[in-house]
Amino acid sequence: MKKNWIIIAVFLLLAVLHQDLWNWNNPALVWGFIPIGLFYHACYSIVAAGFWAFVVKFAWPTKLEEWAEGNDEL
Amino acid sequence: MATVIVIVIYLALLLGLALFSKTLFRGTSKDYFVASHSIGPFMLLMSVFGTTMTAFALVGSTGKAFSLGIGTYGLMASSSGLIHAACFFMIGIKLWAIGKRYGYVTQIQYFRARFESKGFGYLLFPILVALVIPYLLIGVIGAAKTIVGVTGEKITPKGTIPGTFPEFFSDTGGAIPAWLTGLVICSVVLTYIFAGGSRATAWANTFQTLVFMVMGILAFYLISSKLGGVGAAIEQASDAHKVRTLSESATGKEIGVSKWVFLTYMFVPLSVGMFPHLFQHWLTAKSAKSFKLTVIAHPICIMIVWVPCVLIGIWATGQIPAGTPSGAVLSKTVGMLVKDPIVVGLVTTGILAAIMSSLDSQFLCLGTMFTNDIVLHDTKKTYTDKQTLMIARGFIIGIVILVYILAQILYKKNVFDLAVWSFSGFAGLTPLVIAALYWKRATKIGAYACVIAAFATWLIFFAKSGFGGEYNPGGVTPASIIWVVAALAMIIGSLASSPPKEETVAKYF
Repeated sequence: MKKNWIIIAVFLLLAVLHQDLWNWNNPALVWGFIPIGLFYHACYSIVAAGFWAFVVKFAWPTKLEEWAEGNDEL
Repeated sequence: MATVIVIVIYLALLLGLALFSKTLFRGTSKDYFVASHSIGPFMLLMSVFGTTMTAFALVGSTGKAFSLGIGTYGLMASSSGLIHAACFFMIGIKLWAIGKRYGYVTQIQYFRARFESKGFGYLLFPILVALVIPYLLIGVIGAAKTIVGVTGEKITPKGTIPGTFPEFFSDTGGAIPAWLTGLVICSVVLTYIFAGGSRATAWANTFQTLVFMVMGILAFYLISSKLGGVGAAIEQASDAHKVRTLSESATGKEIGVSKWVFLTYMFVPLSVGMFPHLFQHWLTAKSAKSFKLTVIAHPICIMIVWVPCVLIGIWATGQIPAGTPSGAVLSKTVGMLVKDPIVVGLVTTGILAAIMSSLDSQFLCLGTMFTNDIVLHDTKKTYTDKQTLMIARGFIIGIVILVYILAQILYKKNVFDLAVWSFSGFAGLTPLVIAALYWKRATKIGAYACVIAAFATWLIFFAKSGFGGEYNPGGVTPASIIWVVAALAMIIGSLASSPPKEETVAKYF
């Protein structure tokens, strides 16, 4: 149960971090070719994948599969 | 001519692959509708990703970045990486399990049972169809416009170069006309849906997804090379497009994104939770474990396709006129900078792949819904598997013909904005599926109230937008308001009515 709350908290934190107001008017280029506002969100996609990898590893609904096969209670 | 040959070879390969998948078809309606729950992790990822990425993936992302700037990625791509995967994890896996346990092949079958109402399906079916059809139109019209752009006459500083087939199509300046492209695209998609239903669609989508991902990267590499490298390319781009600050272009169009629109756009990707064609793809999964790769890799796949396309759109601001229609930005940039007809053909196949990988699933899901939710539902007549397949295929032909005719009538309209309206409608319906899955107290009355409130609010906003234009009531996205209204209607309607039967709650919780 505690694990679920951690996942919800990280999800909400990621939703907040999506609103990168500090990059809004920043024209800087990372590595001389990618605007920082775009670079941040590309990194965000990688972090989102990492977050979901964590969720899949630690909060996978194993019982659901057994239930789907009609073998167990949900 | 070489461009057209490349496209024809691609379509032939696609048909060949789909016909091969027919050899794996087991001939049953279950195999036709949900591939007998046999699709593994990689094909599930490719088919789900290919289905969610429409013409919007290559053409729309480039065009939107050309008009709005870098904010396009945060609006539509990075938010989808978080929200889409959340929908797959929280909604997709659970619906897969329920569908597998009780033998459902459509969303409506589940909602009818969960909300103890046969009539509910008759309310939801036309709404889902009405929201899918604009989505289908975008595909057929988008494909036709892409081919016209590639095969039409080109105006260059040295004069006008005639289109590819001036002897055959003098009315269009030698370009392959929209009616012919629409006919070919619809026929190819129809052929492989006919051949093997869900299984053929999964195979074709896997191939198409790989094609459009590779072609997007190819276009990025070739265009950046022609512009002198990625550093030189960004230097030539408009400065206003490198930030999200609101400003006005030379043609008076708005560049950048408002902070409230950026925030409330997070509601739009929720639409995947209610796409009927995605529900059907989820049900093809061999096991819940098949979802693992999809949940993790989806944000990365989005990044691989969208970052290059958004950068191409920004680079294009320094290369082509500001008034260029957004749907033509990618083809114009490729046509102007990469003149090799074979490469132009390859990039065009990428665009067609992105379009067709959504069209097939949408056509198939409408046939599946009509057969199972309208014809077979509550009937006293017994149908054999062969008859069931005939009904599904017959309805799919009817829908393809309808979409084809509508696409010819609406060809000249700018339909790309319709996609966001379609997404907003589906996003507004997600309180229904969330409540059905996670709230024991959600009732039939709540479900009716939710769907009616969502669709009514969507219709009002859609009408106020001039039936498909850009419209942000109170400075926020329509999807966010529709979602809140629908969620409130679900809560109030459910609390004001008697709880669902105990056996229903026991069945699903």
